[in-house]
Amino acid sequence: MVPPASSPRSGSVTPRVVFPNKVLPYLLVAPQLAITLVFFYWPAGQAFYQSMLRQDPFGLRTKFVWFANFRKVLADPAYLNSIKVTVVFSLATAIVAMCVALLLAVMAEKVVRGKGLYRTLLIWPYAVAPAIAGMLWLFLFNPSIGSLAYMLRSFGIAWDPLLNGTHAMILLVSAAAWKQISYNFLFFVAGLQAVPKALIEAAAMDGAGETKRFWTIIFPLLAPTTFFLLVVNTVYALFDTFGIVHAVTGGGPGKTTETLVYKVYNDGFVNLILGDSAAQSVILMVIVISLTAIQFRYVERKVHYG
Amino acid sequence: MKSFGFAAGVAATFMTLSSTSAFAVTQISWWHAMTGANAEVVDKISKDFNASQSDYELVPVFKGTYPETLNAGIAAYRAGQAPDIIQVFDVGTGVMMAAEGAIKPAADVLTSAGMTFDKSQYLPGIVGYYSKPDGTMLSFPYNSSSPILYYNKDIFKKAGLDVDSPPKTWNEVWEDAKKIKASGAAACGYTSTWLTWIHLENFAAWNDVSWATQQNGLAGGDVELKINAPIFVNHFQALADLAKDGTFKYGGRTSEAKQIFLAGECGIMTESSGGLGDIVKSGMNYGIGQLPYDSDAKGAPQNTTPGGASLWVFADKSDEEYKGVAAFFAYLSKTEVQEYLHQKSGYLPVTLAAYEATKKSGFYDKNVGRETPILQMTGKTPTDNSKGVRLPNLPQVRDIQNEEFEKMLAGQQTAQQALDNAVTRGNAAIKEALGN
Repeated sequence: MVPPASSPRSGSVTPRVVFPNKVLPYLLVAPQLAITLVFFYWPAGQAFYQSMLRQDPFGLRTKFVWFANFRKVLADPAYLNSIKVTVVFSLATAIVAMCVALLLAVMAEKVVRGKGLYRTLLIWPYAVAPAIAGMLWLFLFNPSIGSLAYMLRSFGIAWDPLLNGTHAMILLVSAAAWKQISYNFLFFVAGLQAVPKALIEAAAMDGAGETKRFWTIIFPLLAPTTFFLLVVNTVYALFDTFGIVHAVTGGGPGKTTETLVYKVYNDGFVNLILGDSAAQSVILMVIVISLTAIQFRYVERKVHYG
Repeated sequence: MKSFGFAAGVAATFMTLSSTSAFAVTQISWWHAMTGANAEVVDKISKDFNASQSDYELVPVFKGTYPETLNAGIAAYRAGQAPDIIQVFDVGTGVMMAAEGAIKPAADVLTSAGMTFDKSQYLPGIVGYYSKPDGTMLSFPYNSSSPILYYNKDIFKKAGLDVDSPPKTWNEVWEDAKKIKASGAAACGYTSTWLTWIHLENFAAWNDVSWATQQNGLAGGDVELKINAPIFVNHFQALADLAKDGTFKYGGRTSEAKQIFLAGECGIMTESSGGLGDIVKSGMNYGIGQLPYDSDAKGAPQNTTPGGASLWVFADKSDEEYKGVAAFFAYLSKTEVQEYLHQKSGYLPVTLAAYEATKKSGFYDKNVGRETPILQMTGKTPTDNSKGVRLPNLPQVRDIQNEEFEKMLAGQQTAQQALDNAVTRGNAAIKEALGN
């Protein structure tokens, strides 16, 4: 995905490139196509085929059942619960990650000295692998040994993410959002620099206060960046957070933090019900394709690219 | 083109290398899940076996955690790349047993290599668990463990409890735990790892009550869980009540509670005998007792069931490879090898001879408590309730039980509701799995 740092619509303005050779363009895109075929279409096709089979783990007995696995999965209360969990988790993660990043970016813009240092420090967490980020937060909030858990307890909060589902979700969202803040920060900083200074100065001379300037000028002009980040963050929360869930809660307590992706893993690789797991991953694929399509089709129209 | 030439060169070198080694000796691959001190044991045993003969070369490969190793084996089998031997944990036993065409029974491997397999030389409780109902041994027991009680002697002293008499029944555990909490000797009285394995599966065997129909699933067929019987309900209600004020502290679904105990937060813990190494290493002033039993149970204490893992042999390998595997199993059964494995890793010895030899050497006198798990498992002849539990989808059923326990401990449901739900959901999942 290419960020719209420079306007993505500019492609329509520049004239089309025409290759004199008929074969060369195909050769040039061939490697990318090959990668897509091998790493997306092939496994996706296999998942689709597997989703219509009932099979024992070793593949010794196979029965073709058409869409029975889908019917079973969609009727399963545990699956509906995991949809709910995923919606809550994704929205919370995206909102927290974007709000905090925007706040930090605006603040970092105001810093006069050591701007580079602040930015570097704020971008750092992005280099941390999800599972490690998860472990980090797990340690901080571990009811027995975590320093932050100790602080919470001293405030009289009975912190127990092992048994309290809400606490577990808060922990998970914190870890997932923390990791994504840096990424969002980077794009917001870039977006802020693209806001024409003249506009802000003019507004200031007309007597607009800082808050007013932000909401009426800066925020609308940041819309393309915000929109792009919304897509990226939602997809991130949906798919890239497996490592965090696996490391922090393992879907528990009960099933309160079992997201769709985690359920695919758990049913497939722990419970060894391959058909159900494949059906779930096909549903997940449909969800993401339609989500991205909707976002780019409808939400994008409302975004004004500067 | 350059890179292609390079790759071809590498491939050619690799092929010559592997063909020369195949010419000299038959390679036997062994996928395992052992880490730390236990991984050193695997390496040493493999090295010694290779040095002891020149026809076979045993190649141990670490494949991650128990579930990861099992998954790697399943994926490899589906791709036609299965290893010769794979280490599968107790919970995966049912999965492997259901895969009849994919495995070769360990007994067959030994007899077809011209070796005799004398069952009477092995600890009956362990071999029985890895055998079919007709007695054919399907896998070779490698590391077996049993749940025992650990207690912190310093905390016992502070709470005014007798440091030399650990609680014997669950009621005594509850009483001691309350005293520990009330006296302020520790923040919590009692914690436990593996609630499913210790408080359901071993609880049933140790108290001689049924965990499920069909001899706890060992006899096969339609299995129905029995874990909502009154004795289980009372036990879990006691746990749930103690959890309210923190007298009992929940650590997690597997062995996380060990950290709470090691940190000195709780005075008493039930855990696998395989967890002893970490407790010894921590330098804690600890004591060991046998697994507590329910004073209302008539037959208690009966015997505990083995946890740990065993070695499975995949089907469709060459005769040469099977001979190599048989030679390795024979080597593994040797008294000195078993003695080493038992004393170094804390797992149980598999043969009676190794147990006797360890006893004679005075090891148990110097290491008090190390004999407890063996005595628990071999003290009485197993009944239909105490040979172990087996389901084609035990990992899933345990997950369901854990979910219900967590809801119960969070105060959202009673023990009766939790166990009723666990039975209903568990039975549905078993039916699903059997329908495959």
